Amino acid sequence: MKMKGSQIFFECLKKEGVEVIFGFPGGAVLDIYHEMPKHDIRHILVRHEQGAAHMADGYARSSGRVGVCLVTSGPGATNTVTGIATAYMDSVPMVVFTGQVPTPLIGDDAFQEVDIIGITRPCTKHSYLVRNINDLQTVIREAFYLARTGRPGPVVVDLPKDVIQAQTEFKYPKKVDLPGYHPTLEAHSGQVKRAHDILKKSKAPVIFAGGGIIISESTRELMKIANLLQAPVTCSLMGLGGFPAGVTDSDGRRRPNPLWLGMVGMHGTYQANMAISHADVIFGVGVRFDDRVTGKISEFAPKARIIHIDVDPSSISKNVDVDVPIVGDCKNALQQLIRFCEAEPIENQAAARRPWLEQIDKWRKDHPLTYSKDCEVIKPQYVIEKICEMTGGNAIITTEVGQHQMWTAQFYEFDRPRTLLTSGGLGTMGYGFPAAIGAQMAFPDKLVIDIAGDGSIQMNIQELCTAVCNDIPVKVAILNNKYLGLPRQWQELFYEKNYTGSCLEGSPDFVKLAESYGAVGLRAVKPEEVEPVLREAFRIKKPVLMDFVVSREEGVYPIVPPGKSITEMLLA
Amino acid sequence: MIITEKQRYTIGILVQNVPGVLARIVGLFSGRGYNIETITAAETHEPGLTRITLVTTGDERVLSQIIKQLNKLINIIKVYDFAETEFVDREMALIKVRAEQATRAEVLRIVDIFRAKVVDVSPHFYTLEVTGNEGKINAVLELLGQIGIVEVARTGKAALARSKKH
Repeated sequence: MKMKGSQIFFECLKKEGVEVIFGFPGGAVLDIYHEMPKHDIRHILVRHEQGAAHMADGYARSSGRVGVCLVTSGPGATNTVTGIATAYMDSVPMVVFTGQVPTPLIGDDAFQEVDIIGITRPCTKHSYLVRNINDLQTVIREAFYLARTGRPGPVVVDLPKDVIQAQTEFKYPKKVDLPGYHPTLEAHSGQVKRAHDILKKSKAPVIFAGGGIIISESTRELMKIANLLQAPVTCSLMGLGGFPAGVTDSDGRRRPNPLWLGMVGMHGTYQANMAISHADVIFGVGVRFDDRVTGKISEFAPKARIIHIDVDPSSISKNVDVDVPIVGDCKNALQQLIRFCEAEPIENQAAARRPWLEQIDKWRKDHPLTYSKDCEVIKPQYVIEKICEMTGGNAIITTEVGQHQMWTAQFYEFDRPRTLLTSGGLGTMGYGFPAAIGAQMAFPDKLVIDIAGDGSIQMNIQELCTAVCNDIPVKVAILNNKYLGLPRQWQELFYEKNYTGSCLEGSPDFVKLAESYGAVGLRAVKPEEVEPVLREAFRIKKPVLMDFVVSREEGVYPIVPPGKSITEMLLA
Repeated sequence: MIITEKQRYTIGILVQNVPGVLARIVGLFSGRGYNIETITAAETHEPGLTRITLVTTGDERVLSQIIKQLNKLINIIKVYDFAETEFVDREMALIKVRAEQATRAEVLRIVDIFRAKVVDVSPHFYTLEVTGNEGKINAVLELLGQIGIVEVARTGKAALARSKKH
């Protein structure tokens, strides 16, 4: 039986197990919207297409499934670009369907025509312009396959209106035929053995794990390796949650994980940055050795041999020279390594590492993460500590970008993967709130909290309407210092206190704003109000915007000045 | 970090002949700040497959990134790193040269020496076709330059790996 393109679209999505689409209609995609009510797929109508892209991203990061968004041609498509680039930098599986003008009009500068394939080419894993109805099902099949396999990433599918209106037989392809796409998942056992030979002889190893641990779902394997080698673990921002910051004793009490160093890099902990800089082996697992981690590259891990697992060969030896490259899925490589490690008695490893772990403990005690407590004004770090304490680490936390993001990375203790959703690579302000909505769609019963700044939240505040209209009970905790905090801090430290452009006075009253959208607004101005406000917010089964009026000129510490070695931390 | 000297590298790329594939390759080079000295592309004997030969400059690290990044493009079937294998390469140039009474004989001598061909003749100009490796084309251009070149069109390099010796 022949079907219209719009119907085939939904049949394909059903085959891919899609349960929710984040979208916004327009002329080019109205055939799809016309067909939509006949299918059992939930549509979340956003208020801006950037929000749709971040929601699909948040849905994907929290669940591991492919996020889907649907927008119209022209401005609908260009509004998703920031969301697509965000997903690309952090390897998030996503398929973005964009409407396009009818094929005979392409190239004529038609109304709402834009070359979205051209615009997004550098920030997608792949993209398709579907020129023929007979290609539609194959393209959708391939798009989902590409998005979720290998190193995941966003795929754009551009759908001209006449293609969606045309008809063909529906037969979903069983297999994909992509002769140029063969990601290496199975790690080379010889390389894994070389890695093991180096690791077992190491006196001062550090495991440095990134987002790849979370994507490949290898937390168990990572914990096992760390334990077998008695090697401390640090994470990039993207890796947080991939290794538990705390462990639960047999009596059910949580205590700090002795092998956990905290985050490394520009705002990393003292012990993590010192450990990397004094290590004799760095074992990178699913990381990119990004500049925010390495600091001055020529002084990064000067004494260390570097072992690096990554599914993407281009991430290896891109920024640092690697001694043992291992291309493959982190899980596969770690499982192989575990077999080698298990052949060695663990007692020997523990004895060999004792002096190193003692040294790390000394660093940890010398300069722990801290801030000056205050009983008059709310400290932003205090709010985050309270959120962590009151949720028991069981919430899904999203963040925007800036000081609040770094404080979250420092002061919220992440024990589980997929509990921190944050724009690490692109650093997209306005990401956290729509991402929280996406995550809440994947986990309706979980507490989902966006930790935000007063600057970032205003970049996608319009999605409050989306949350209210669809009964998506996300919580937003704004750490409101009336500044763009990180630019302000950099200006204070590195730009002669010239605060051009970083003062945000004149923002709306967030409580009233929440109320006008039909959400709940709460405010805390004193430290003793923090806990009651959080308790109230967590109790209410509606979207809640919390305005925490915090100390204005608090800085994120430690901070490594840009271009300096990561040992050159300013501690306060 | 070991920084090696900048060198010229020849890369062969076998791609699916689909819309936008060349844009993906060229965009990758411009977006990541790599250099393209020459690029040629045409369909092969197999329908749907195009072979591209590209000459770039960079150090070894850049070359290695280029190869890896190219391999990530979904429509690329195979990348040949000619720094690793022996290869043959040829380039063709069309050269329009001034050919007056006094210089015609010299032009034809050069044509003869370099096994070039005269493909178009007019009262004042000859258009020559020269095929060879880059060095040969440069040599011809240098000699003809002394006589008077009007226009040049070069194809850029096309390359294939040498067959394995038994």
